[in-house]
Amino acid sequence: MKISVQREDFDLSLETKIFRESEGVGAVASFVGIVRDVRMTLEHYSGMTENSIKKIVEEARSRWKVMDCTVIHRYGELAPHDQIVLVAVASAHRGDAFAACEFIMDYLKTQAPFWKKEHRPEGAAWVEARASDDDAAGRWEPPARKAS
Amino acid sequence: MKVKVLFFAPLREQLGTAGEEIELPAGVGTVAALRGHLARRGGAWEGALAEKKNARAAVNQDMAKPGALDPRRR
Repeated sequence: MKISVQREDFDLSLETKIFRESEGVGAVASFVGIVRDVRMTLEHYSGMTENSIKKIVEEARSRWKVMDCTVIHRYGELAPHDQIVLVAVASAHRGDAFAACEFIMDYLKTQAPFWKKEHRPEGAAWVEARASDDDAAGRWEPPARKAS
Repeated sequence: MKVKVLFFAPLREQLGTAGEEIELPAGVGTVAALRGHLARRGGAWEGALAEKKNARAAVNQDMAKPGALDPRRR
């Protein structure tokens, strides 16, 4: 399992190559987020951000059979066409891999502390949380009871 | 009790500071109360932290609801 919040770019094929070495892996599902149309600055809270991603991944592992998982989120200055985020999940079968990958991505958008400042011609502005993202995460509720 | 309060992104810019150590006054025992306490400083503080303004808070790096957590009982 790998969780990284970093400035540097990433390479999907390199990041998932290691998954194939695990015994019994039969499926890898991945998501890559790309900067669409505006330059942006992404900020995070070092420590808390990594820990909150770890909690999301742990929740996914408690719901689906996840054999390995990599989450990379970039911060700093990003331009259109840049990669922002990678979520990749390895499992024995595609159902678990697809579901866990989508779950992690939906929760990343709402639960991990990232702040986005968009630099538009009319000026720079911080982006408020989007209700549609809350809706996307909400469809996975209720969360599984954590055994403690 | 002293708490270290950090401000991020838009709040940091509006308040002109990344954080400070605050001695919690008597009666300030929740995230919401601390927020109100800071807002009463007026000016940019009131503008950024007034109740109607959207702001998420975390206590010891865990997302916290406004009234649910007592920072002094952690």
